[in-house]
Amino acid sequence: MHFGPHLLLATLEGLVTSAVLALTALGLSLVFGVMRIVNVAHGEFFMLGAVLAWAISTAISGHPALGFLAALVLAPLVVGAVALVAERLVLRRLNYNPEGTIVATIGMLYIIQQLALTFYGPEARPVEAPFSYRILLPWFGYSGYKLSVVAASAVLLVATWLVLTRTRVGLIMRATQYDSETAQAFGIPVDRVYGGVFALGAMLAAVAAVLIVPISQAHYLMGQDPLLLSFIVVIIGGLGSLRGTVVAAVLIGLSDGIISMFFSPTLAKIIATAAVALVLVFRPQGLFGTTPR
Amino acid sequence: MKASAKVYALHLGVVALLAGLGFVLPEYHFGLLSRIMVLAVFAMGYNMLFGYVGLLSLGHAMFFAAGLYGAGLSVIHLGWSVPAALAAGIGCGAVLALLVGLLALRTSGVAFMIVTMMFAQVFSLLILYFSAWTGGDQGLVVPQPARSLALGATTLDLTNPATRYCAALTLFTLALFVTLGLVRSRYGRVLVAIRENEERTRMLGYDTFSNKLVAVVVSGAICAASGAVYALLFGYVGSNFASVQYSILPLLWVLLGGAAATLGPLVGTLFMYYVTDITSGYTSAYLLIVGVALILLVLFFPKGILGTVRQRWLGWLP
Amino acid sequence: MDKKPFDLSKSRLTRRTALKGLAAGAGLAAAPGFVRYAQAQSSAPIKIGFQSHRTGIGAAYGRWYEKTTAAAVKAINAAGGINGRPVEVVIEDDGTDPGRGAEVVGKFATQHKTDIVFGTLFSHVVIGSAPAAGEAKMPYFVVSEGHHVASTKLNRYVFQPGITDVKSQIQSMAPWIAANAGKKVTQIFPDFAFGYDHRDYLPPALKAQGADVIAQIAIPPTESSFTKYFPQIPAETEVIYHVMVGPAVLTFVKELGEFYGSNRPQLFGFIDSLEAVDINSPGLEFLDGSHFWEGSPRYAQADDSAAQKAYRAAVGIDDNGAAVGDPKDVSTAAHMFGCWETLYVVKKAMEDAGYKGPEDRAKLVEATEALTEFAEGPEHPQGPKTFNGKIHQCFGIQNISKVEGGKLKVVHKTKIEDGLYEPEGDYPKQAL
Repeated sequence: MHFGPHLLLATLEGLVTSAVLALTALGLSLVFGVMRIVNVAHGEFFMLGAVLAWAISTAISGHPALGFLAALVLAPLVVGAVALVAERLVLRRLNYNPEGTIVATIGMLYIIQQLALTFYGPEARPVEAPFSYRILLPWFGYSGYKLSVVAASAVLLVATWLVLTRTRVGLIMRATQYDSETAQAFGIPVDRVYGGVFALGAMLAAVAAVLIVPISQAHYLMGQDPLLLSFIVVIIGGLGSLRGTVVAAVLIGLSDGIISMFFSPTLAKIIATAAVALVLVFRPQGLFGTTPR
Repeated sequence: MKASAKVYALHLGVVALLAGLGFVLPEYHFGLLSRIMVLAVFAMGYNMLFGYVGLLSLGHAMFFAAGLYGAGLSVIHLGWSVPAALAAGIGCGAVLALLVGLLALRTSGVAFMIVTMMFAQVFSLLILYFSAWTGGDQGLVVPQPARSLALGATTLDLTNPATRYCAALTLFTLALFVTLGLVRSRYGRVLVAIRENEERTRMLGYDTFSNKLVAVVVSGAICAASGAVYALLFGYVGSNFASVQYSILPLLWVLLGGAAATLGPLVGTLFMYYVTDITSGYTSAYLLIVGVALILLVLFFPKGILGTVRQRWLGWLP
Repeated sequence: MDKKPFDLSKSRLTRRTALKGLAAGAGLAAAPGFVRYAQAQSSAPIKIGFQSHRTGIGAAYGRWYEKTTAAAVKAINAAGGINGRPVEVVIEDDGTDPGRGAEVVGKFATQHKTDIVFGTLFSHVVIGSAPAAGEAKMPYFVVSEGHHVASTKLNRYVFQPGITDVKSQIQSMAPWIAANAGKKVTQIFPDFAFGYDHRDYLPPALKAQGADVIAQIAIPPTESSFTKYFPQIPAETEVIYHVMVGPAVLTFVKELGEFYGSNRPQLFGFIDSLEAVDINSPGLEFLDGSHFWEGSPRYAQADDSAAQKAYRAAVGIDDNGAAVGDPKDVSTAAHMFGCWETLYVVKKAMEDAGYKGPEDRAKLVEATEALTEFAEGPEHPQGPKTFNGKIHQCFGIQNISKVEGGKLKVVHKTKIEDGLYEPEGDYPKQAL
């Protein structure tokens, strides 16, 4: 394939990766930024979203779009509820101690994974895309659904940004993130904010998973890579910076796609990973971050 | 009894207990404990950095794997003897730790965590990329005849369970007293000072960067020693040991046993191994029980088992 | 797991057999200690340690390996067990992890004290566990299809008598690919264990048939999207040879379909990619008309032997290769027959060796090495096999199936000779 079309393909692929990654990472960024805890179970909320999407869309007969839309609404709600319960029962009791929460969220990771294995099974199961339109370019074909994922993710990101910057809820969250003690002193129920943020973070991961599941199937071990990539995106973007998270997701997604044009796949992964690590080494606060307080 | 005498008595007692257990344990637990002691050393290396310097790394699997491959491949491809292979493994780990430390220590906090994780990913992908030598994901077997150690006139067969137990105990004892000596030394107190307040320590005239760098190298070398011994005692090297799970495991063991407690890594590794082993005998959904156990433990022992014991009852525990 | 001991109702003690037994017992009583020993041995079950992938990446296979094993043990016990002793299976989960695998072998040897260990599939677990088996002098029968056993890099206690190794499978596919699919082949494979065998053994095998591998694309194991690598497929490619495995495989096929549309090169794949996956899943329409290697066919074929039919009924799979009563629960039919056949090889070898207990393990190894042929039949429903005791590996026929109307139809069966190669070593030269 010639360079131009190849570049176009790599860019499209990179954008799809970025779109899903941005949503997942945004969820982690909120939890990380506001609550200052490392949520190792974030990838499992992503997996849970995908598994629920399969369950919901197979339960609803008729046009595949019906099941998919139902999953897009219901799966994040269920995942959010699960996260809220976990936060109330465990994390709050740990007083958000950074080390304790690591162990506790590893524990949640095991529990969610085992439940998925027991009730959903070890197979990878596909969810039918709401529509299947193949865009025929002169050089290759491309999935129309994939492009719609990019659009949907952009809409969701803008919506989250509006909530964070233009609403009272967003103001409270940002105040808590900036300085939770002062926020508390001003009468903000920090404890409830934490519960809400944890649930919201999990819901964003679940939405991302529902969007991706018609492209890559639901599987009980699918949570690990989104978790690791989200961590990378959050830190590269700069802790607590929504703009940084999105830019970092696009950067990582695109570089992954474009570097893969020039090298054999494994070598491309090595180079992409090392490059991102070095960015962090020479700019430890991330691209848009300020030094952590 | 003086505090330091008490400390040494306790550690000698633990070593003596482990040695004594070698005579009474049923065969299966005898073998399992050999493995646990080797892996507890991995956790000790991790604790060195995490517990005493406060640097949370998510990439220590690369140091363990450096030791594993350094020792394993020099036996397999170069036909080196066991002591030479052991030295090669530890050397690989120390050099890798030096390189990683020089770069990663420019960061701190969560950025350090992510940078180490990414370096470890690069390392594990390199193992796959050079699969012609490493065997990639399948790994390689260290040939049984090569796993013996000539000591004067006698030859120690490392594939024999009793020899293996003694070798594991020797490694464990060495690592235990090296870490104990380090953390009780002046250097160890500087490390704790860095953990508690790096700015102030620097203001007091300490070069915190090079102190931390030394800690990373020591930590990497201890983890590599564990990996090298693992390869030689159990005869297998594989990229699985470089995966992110094996970076999370020592963190988990240390947090369970108690960070910054010299015996914490052993306690945590023992606990995790036995919870898994016992529950998997009762149900195929044992990960569920392991998860619940972790959460309960952290709720009731928030500082890890020994950390909480130290806080509530035995303040002198190192 | 079926742990039902050997059904005693069929061999109820009559007065005559009881008297005979007493007389024999009186004779043996002259040798002190022996009587108790013989009695304990003759009634105690033979314990088989089953190293199963219950969790981890191999879990989909593990479940079906357990079902097949349970069915085979039930059949063996119903027919009188091994040497008249019932067979009991003890399962331990290895988490599809080589480190845990070695621990599990140790547990079988020293805690459960099983007679043999059996059943491992994933190559890295086999290689990780083999040293532990060798040191414990524990016969270790794997059902992995990897080339590791036949490479003679493991040790004398490891056997693979129930499923052909992948080197042989690849070699026997080459003539058909070159003659029917095309001469210019591009390989896409995972950059780990399973992929390496294909990477290393396909090019020479095709070369011998006058065809060429023109590109090899190794995909890193964590990858979940593949489109970006497809431009690396040379335009003159006539056949894409794909052996992706793992949960992302559906994505791989779907993306290949989006990329090429109807104007695609020929596709040849190993069904390993789609074991436990319904061939009619959305997105897999693209595979229609493509070809797959199958060890044992997933779909019932018109010319199935009576033995094959009986085997399918015993394991509980329907004509579409799914669990009876749950058409969505698709089996790993192309591989799991190996568990059934391996257990019958173990039975044969134990009976040849007059196996009594763990002290006879060395005899069992030698008896297994002495085996040469397994005839097609109820014990070997997949087909006839030869066994090479030097490299501890069996060789059988392979199937090439075409995807047609949402089913896999066998279009070619290879001969055993197609897959034979020069032995790479000699296990019996190693000490026991």
